[in-house]
Amino acid sequence: MDIQALAQEIPVEGEYSLEGIDFITNGEQYLTFVLDSEHYAVDILCVEEIRSWENPTRIPNAPTHVKGVINMRGVIVPIIDLRIKFGIGDAVYSETTVVIVLTYESSEQSRTIGFVVDAVSDVLNAEENEIKAAPAFGGIIPHHFVNGLVNVGEGVVTLLNVEALQQIEPHEVG
Amino acid sequence: MSVDLSQFIPTFLEESFEGLEIMESGLLNLEAGDSEMINAIFRAAHSIKGGAGTFGFGHVTEFTHLVETLLDEMRDGRREINSQEKEVLLASVDCIRLMIEAIQNESEYDDTSIIMVSAQLSELLANGNEPADGNSVISDVNGSSESDDPISSNKTKWNILFIPEHHLVQTGNDPLLLFSALEDFGELTATAVLDNLPSIIEMDVEELYMHWQLTLISDNATEEDIREVFEWVEDECELTISKEELEQPKHEKSGSAEANEQSDDTVPSPEQLLPNDNVQLAQTNSAAGVTNADSQASNVTTISPNTDDNNSPKAPKTPTKSKAKTDQGSIRVGVDKVDSLINLVGELVITQSMLSELGNDFDLSKVEKLTAGLEQLLQNTKELQESVMRIRMLPISFAFNRFPRLIHDLSMKTGKDIELIINGENTELDKTVMEQIGDPLVHLVRNAVDHGIEPVEKRLASGKSEKGTIWLNAYHQGGSIVIEIRDDGGGINRDAVFNKAVEKGLVEPNVTLTDSQVFELIFEPGFSTAKELSDISGRGVGMDVVKRNIQSLGGRIQIESTPGEGSTFKVHLPLTLAILDGQLVRVGEEVFVVPLITIVESLQAKPELINKVSGDMVLYRLREDNVPVIPIFQLFNLPAESQAVDNSLLVVVEADGQKVGLMVDDLLAQQQVVIKSLKDNYQDVAGVSGATILGDGSVAMILDVPGIIQMALEIAQHKQRQRSNVYQLEGALN
Repeated sequence: MDIQALAQEIPVEGEYSLEGIDFITNGEQYLTFVLDSEHYAVDILCVEEIRSWENPTRIPNAPTHVKGVINMRGVIVPIIDLRIKFGIGDAVYSETTVVIVLTYESSEQSRTIGFVVDAVSDVLNAEENEIKAAPAFGGIIPHHFVNGLVNVGEGVVTLLNVEALQQIEPHEVG
Repeated sequence: MSVDLSQFIPTFLEESFEGLEIMESGLLNLEAGDSEMINAIFRAAHSIKGGAGTFGFGHVTEFTHLVETLLDEMRDGRREINSQEKEVLLASVDCIRLMIEAIQNESEYDDTSIIMVSAQLSELLANGNEPADGNSVISDVNGSSESDDPISSNKTKWNILFIPEHHLVQTGNDPLLLFSALEDFGELTATAVLDNLPSIIEMDVEELYMHWQLTLISDNATEEDIREVFEWVEDECELTISKEELEQPKHEKSGSAEANEQSDDTVPSPEQLLPNDNVQLAQTNSAAGVTNADSQASNVTTISPNTDDNNSPKAPKTPTKSKAKTDQGSIRVGVDKVDSLINLVGELVITQSMLSELGNDFDLSKVEKLTAGLEQLLQNTKELQESVMRIRMLPISFAFNRFPRLIHDLSMKTGKDIELIINGENTELDKTVMEQIGDPLVHLVRNAVDHGIEPVEKRLASGKSEKGTIWLNAYHQGGSIVIEIRDDGGGINRDAVFNKAVEKGLVEPNVTLTDSQVFELIFEPGFSTAKELSDISGRGVGMDVVKRNIQSLGGRIQIESTPGEGSTFKVHLPLTLAILDGQLVRVGEEVFVVPLITIVESLQAKPELINKVSGDMVLYRLREDNVPVIPIFQLFNLPAESQAVDNSLLVVVEADGQKVGLMVDDLLAQQQVVIKSLKDNYQDVAGVSGATILGDGSVAMILDVPGIIQMALEIAQHKQRQRSNVYQLEGALN
């Protein structure tokens, strides 16, 4: 078979719609999920896995948003309920409640934490110039958690900063 | 093609440290005439020198060469072994270690001690290296410490003593060529010494019976240059090079004359040949065996007694750094351990294939086979786990090895004659535990020497033998290892400790304490009974650190002491940090693991033995003791089945000599659990030392008993503060 002819058949970017072929993309990819009725997204490269909700082992005297720890193939992974942490919606646990396990590697350490969300929705491609700065007023979520906003169709998705999410504030004893 | 040697440097370093250990323990046990031991020490020094040369660590090579030459003379029986030489050699081991540690940490080191020791070595070499006739004595080498200084523009006179082996000429080397090469450096005078010429009948034409005394006056030659000339014949001759300042030739001559006189009529023993000032130097040496920096530090400590506790005898400059490095070090594992692992994995594979065969077409008739297979799998897994754990286990002699040297140095320093008896050095212990227990043990042994063993006069007065004894024992007890440090000294003076504690405000003067409670006071921060501070121990920091370190390893320390007979410090440690024997308990829906080592007993609380005292404090009468009850559900804010203490289950645990009863809902199984850190992905949690994964895949928290006691204490204090706030508030309102 003629290599030249084959090369001709390979579509050039922009010539065809490549939607649905998830490894050919422009810009970064984000995993979007739902908290109550709002849409959020995190960098997909940080996503370790998506699990269904299971009852974790409680950590003594932990703040309410830290639900406990689970065993993920021999690794102890803490579970944080984003809905409680951000104060969005009700923290109900049903069969569709999912846990997104994120790993963020910084130069000092790598942390793996699971986050409880209402549902996972989609993979979003967003180029740098599509990300808009979030307005400084209004939201409950502290500003440092938000990387920006992306318009998707009619809606808006909030990009979350995984590094900030992974920070664990020390809790009070007693 | 060039080979990248740097990848082998870690191996070189590791082997060098091993070599140094061999040298050190060899030197400590060395007795005259023990040629085997000298050979072992020599070989260790030789391979360090060789390795250092290969990797281009010139300073190590140079220094080790001196050591090697001295050892070589001992090996050949040309030099007697006396304590003074042993001291210098021990000090050189320290120096080499210092240099190698500096290479390992890529850091600078303090070379004053190295210059000093190398001067002493050259001096010993120059003095002892004396043929029977003594015609060619090279005397003092005061300047030799500068001999490795390449930039000396002044004219220097080099005395070179060249004693070739008899067969030198047979290997194609001609002394004349060597001498003419030397002449390139400056003015050379060669004197042949013919004293050893045999009679003409005995003479072999192919042998060389002469040796030479050479004097080279040069303005730019360094010792290295000269040595290079002799490089090819280095192994076939004895070569001594010393430097002489031209300004003071008179002094030199008188020195050599003195030595000559003595050696003329006596068999030359190096001791006798030493001029007086050398002997003095050697004495300062022996003290300096513990390193110079240490004596400097002692000056500092008298001024500010509370600084720098980690004044360890070795490498005082970089103790923390080097520790950080060793933490990620490698383990050498015996081939037998690896073989047994491979065997076990083989068996595991067989079991696995058997089980998957069974699963291919499974029906109920094969249930029996399945259970048998599963049982085999269980057996395999257990054995595999044990084998893997064994890889991390090392005999405790790795930690004990440094003590003979420590005792040796300390007894020099304190003037106490001390014998060290080590038992159970083959007891195995986890590598991590071993690394972290080293420093606390050193501290305890130093304490035993300094505070435990009395001065000689006092010992004699109380009818004991002059020689103090310190025992180091290690043995297994249950799932833990016990390390005992025992001395036959004066014991702990109970009243002195108590009075001191009162004086320091650690206890009230009118309380009555049991002996063990008094001894516990030693571990209080800021406690020290030594009347005068010494640089060995007694700075009042330390014992509390020792205790903290042992506790952080999950262990505990116990003191037994009889006045006049001595004291025993018992350190209990878990065998490993990775696995723990635990008692599973249930509180509400949660399962917790209580480390078995902390449990005293478990019991059902009888209502009549429960007392509420001093405002809502619940005590349980356990025989003579009143044990405070800590309800876990309350401490951890958990829902529990029963909240009443009556008839509840109490797990009585002990930490820091304090017993408490943990109130739980149920006692479950006892099992070994693998400790997982919570800190990796989360953070440290008060009252919990880690987590583990149970058989059903769920996570259980491992209770940190000392932490729980601490928490309960804080909560009580918090309550008291709140209460006093209420008082104040009420007072203000009224």
